[in-house]
Amino acid sequence: MSETMQSAEPRVGVYVCHCGINIAAKVDIAAVVEFAKTLPYVIVVRDYKFMCSDPGQELLQQDIKELGLNRIVVASCSPLMHEATFRHATEAAGLNQFYFQMANIREHVSWVTADKALATRKSQALVSAAVRRVVLNEPLEHQKVPVKPNVLVVGGGIAGIHAALTLANAGKQVTLVEREPTIGGHMAKFDKTFPTLDCAACILTPKMSMVRSHPNITMLTYAEVVGVEGYVGNFTVKVKKKARYVHEELCVGCNECVEACVYKEGRFTDTFNEGLSKRKPVYMPFPQATPSVVLIDPESCIELKTGKCKKQCATACTRNAIDFTMTDEIVALEVGAIIIATGFQTFDATRIPQYGYGKFPNVYTSLEVERLVNASGPTGGEVQLRDGSTPKRVGIIHCVGSRDEKTNRHCSRVCCMYSLKLAHLIHERTDAEVYNLYIDMRTPGKGYEEFYDKLLKEGVNFIRGRAAEVTDWTVTPEEEGKLVIRAEDTLIGVVRRIPVDMVVLSVGLEAHADADEVRRLFNISCSKEGWFLERHPKLAPVSTFTDGIFIAGACQGPKDIPDTVAQAGAAVAEALALVDRGFVELEPNTAFITKELCSGCHTCIAMCPFSAIRYNKEAGVAEINPALCKGCGTCVAACPSGAAQQHLFTDEQIFQEIEGVLNYV
Amino acid sequence: MTKPKVGFYWCASCGGCEEAVVDLHEAILDVVAAVDIVFWPCAMDFKRTDVEAMADGELAVCFINGAVRTSEQFEMVELLRRKAGVVIAFGACAQSGGIPGLANFTSKAAILANVYEDTRTTVNPHKTYPQATVQVPEGTLTLPVLDETVRALGQAIPVDYYLPGCPPPAKLIADAVGAILAGTLPAPGSVLAPNVGVCHECTRKETKPEKMLVTQFKRPHQVLIDPAQCLLAQGLVCLGPDTRSGCGAACPAGNMPCTGCLGALDQVRDFGAKALSGLASVLDAGEDAAIDAGLAGVPDPAGTFYRYSLPASELFAKLPE
Repeated sequence: MSETMQSAEPRVGVYVCHCGINIAAKVDIAAVVEFAKTLPYVIVVRDYKFMCSDPGQELLQQDIKELGLNRIVVASCSPLMHEATFRHATEAAGLNQFYFQMANIREHVSWVTADKALATRKSQALVSAAVRRVVLNEPLEHQKVPVKPNVLVVGGGIAGIHAALTLANAGKQVTLVEREPTIGGHMAKFDKTFPTLDCAACILTPKMSMVRSHPNITMLTYAEVVGVEGYVGNFTVKVKKKARYVHEELCVGCNECVEACVYKEGRFTDTFNEGLSKRKPVYMPFPQATPSVVLIDPESCIELKTGKCKKQCATACTRNAIDFTMTDEIVALEVGAIIIATGFQTFDATRIPQYGYGKFPNVYTSLEVERLVNASGPTGGEVQLRDGSTPKRVGIIHCVGSRDEKTNRHCSRVCCMYSLKLAHLIHERTDAEVYNLYIDMRTPGKGYEEFYDKLLKEGVNFIRGRAAEVTDWTVTPEEEGKLVIRAEDTLIGVVRRIPVDMVVLSVGLEAHADADEVRRLFNISCSKEGWFLERHPKLAPVSTFTDGIFIAGACQGPKDIPDTVAQAGAAVAEALALVDRGFVELEPNTAFITKELCSGCHTCIAMCPFSAIRYNKEAGVAEINPALCKGCGTCVAACPSGAAQQHLFTDEQIFQEIEGVLNYV
Repeated sequence: MTKPKVGFYWCASCGGCEEAVVDLHEAILDVVAAVDIVFWPCAMDFKRTDVEAMADGELAVCFINGAVRTSEQFEMVELLRRKAGVVIAFGACAQSGGIPGLANFTSKAAILANVYEDTRTTVNPHKTYPQATVQVPEGTLTLPVLDETVRALGQAIPVDYYLPGCPPPAKLIADAVGAILAGTLPAPGSVLAPNVGVCHECTRKETKPEKMLVTQFKRPHQVLIDPAQCLLAQGLVCLGPDTRSGCGAACPAGNMPCTGCLGALDQVRDFGAKALSGLASVLDAGEDAAIDAGLAGVPDPAGTFYRYSLPASELFAKLPE
């Protein structure tokens, strides 16, 4: 299409999409079409069932060619959904793609407006706004910006480990940041994994040590991301490495210092063992910790608290790895893509007081029992009660903090299966009578139903009904000295009392307590429960609304290990597609200053978060470097003389859009 | 050749605009030599009937200053509009409402109540208010009626050009008269002043810091003003960045911050909103308390940012049809 034709009098085509019945059921399409015909510069108005389909796109393309249209408005869904589709369709017909304007009458109208007459009026107002705006649209070109090849993976659980290794194997330089002193995440705490019962450590620790030794992976443990700047392909990330008080490169993990510590016995809560054991101020999180490096907890170390310790640990270290003067360190990274795999936290069982967690010593969370059955756990894999005795009857209560109006409404997806696994392991190790109290048994995974079937044959008891309470109030001699689980058995319709020695609470999965801070840091969205939000639940499950930032694993929602690993792989594929392409096309929504209008007042310069504006002393005006401008619009709003404007969002375009709506309403 | 006929009129204004014409000094003699002044109630004895007697379009140019508030003002500007080929809104009040326009922050009823009842020095036991017509033994007396709101001239009649300023600087007046005589007026609707901010011609421009950030705004009486440095950089609320130039940055040169009398630039729709946005951008404060403290130097934001342009503001209430 020739320039003269494009700059000629606006000839607008308006296309109203039914979106099946998504829009058509709430908006009187014919009324919108008739209304659009009355708007200035409008040459043709059509409606179609699915504008995004090939025939829909061909409609507008044909009109561009045959009717000489030079502006296109599609009233359909959100620009997030199909702006790119229609821009490409416009471009393919020979028109600059920025002569296209979208009016969102689905998300902004039909899905949120109950009254059909109002929805129709609202659609008409938005079409009016889009037509007035598109007349002012200018032809623009995308700006190509190179992508940095390195990738950041946040979170060192199985999702982050798998993502980092896959990226590294593809030849990318990866930085893996983990908040805890060791990678491994929750999976490192498990003994066996369902449904195959293979040993978690046997399949995980080799991957952990591969992360440690891989030449393409830089592992930053005991570290947190504290700042993210930039945009897709060009992120600058600040990571705070917390002081370990032990030089990572010197420590070989011999544990001599732990032996030598002035505390002869562990005195402080061992979080890795879920508080079931005690550790010293200087400690190795667990035997296969990666990196195999000890650390000193400043909250409990006498030297760090008072400066008055004999420092036997330091003396014992033959490599002089211990350094009490160490401080937190900030590391800056330049990456093209970020994969967030920060995982989950388990439900705090004290929030359901009727189950007696924290009140009755022999009520455990499932994660504690994972440690109890683990060969490298606090009891060496022996399932013991607090007094060291072996339980003879064990009750496992499902859905603790899941599928519950009072706590979390979601299903945590893994609890049925891990409860079955724990039932199997406890039964196997102790020969105890095991009761599973479940609401519904949910086993929809490969080999999961078969595992359930196996358990049914193993003699584990299943009682369908949500447990009402756990009590030590006994009524019969056989209940004496035991905990009693009260529950309605809904299959036989009676309330049962089940006396047990041990209660296992199958706690659900929750988003981390600081999920909201993390999502702000990375500028992504999260659901109201705190799960990070994917760009599309079906078609973009690992992308986020921020280009270049991907999510994997349970930070997106509860999932088991196979799904987590699969999703990590998917996130890697998306990240590779981005960094291997080598460049990104940026929206040409940059700001510009018309130098004749600039008085050189300097207001904009300090405003720019990207230092893209400088003052040209000779010309006496401010100038924007378009390569550095990210189109945030801050300078445009600040410019006191209206000399700074933004492509795609000029004052006049915005005013016309507003007036389009207001004049109509 | 007959000389072009020129008229001057004033509406709701202070008279400063009339003074500004005289500010042309001896150059006014050239103007008088070039044109016939046929209507100028402030300076010469003409009557309304003289104007009514003119043919439509007989006046080549009419300069009208002041905002429109009364029925009389509206009648006169409508009459002058008919008689004049070119109407020039002269000064800030005519351009955008000016100081009288601040009355739009209140209502006509409240203004009358204040003047005729509420002030301490008023004694009005019968609640006598001015009336449009009053019967007296000698006949009917009439008074102009106060409109509900103050209007800028352009909101009352079509205006061809705007000469901004409070009052318009002599140089802009001279340039405008020159353009009229030479027939070089720009496109109708133009403001007859440069379309760039006051900083452009301010002698203090070179002293601006690279990053214009202020933690505390101050009022002129609170500080000893550095006579050389950029006033905004000193924390003074100088609206130079927001305001059209053409004045030679006279106020900053006189150690006074710009108050924005030449009004907004062509591409700015609402002077006050833009000025507020610009000043807020300069404020370097994060916490609410720091923002409040920083803004303590702007005790009257509406009066500061809309000092000359309230009736013309897009944000203010819609004028009655």
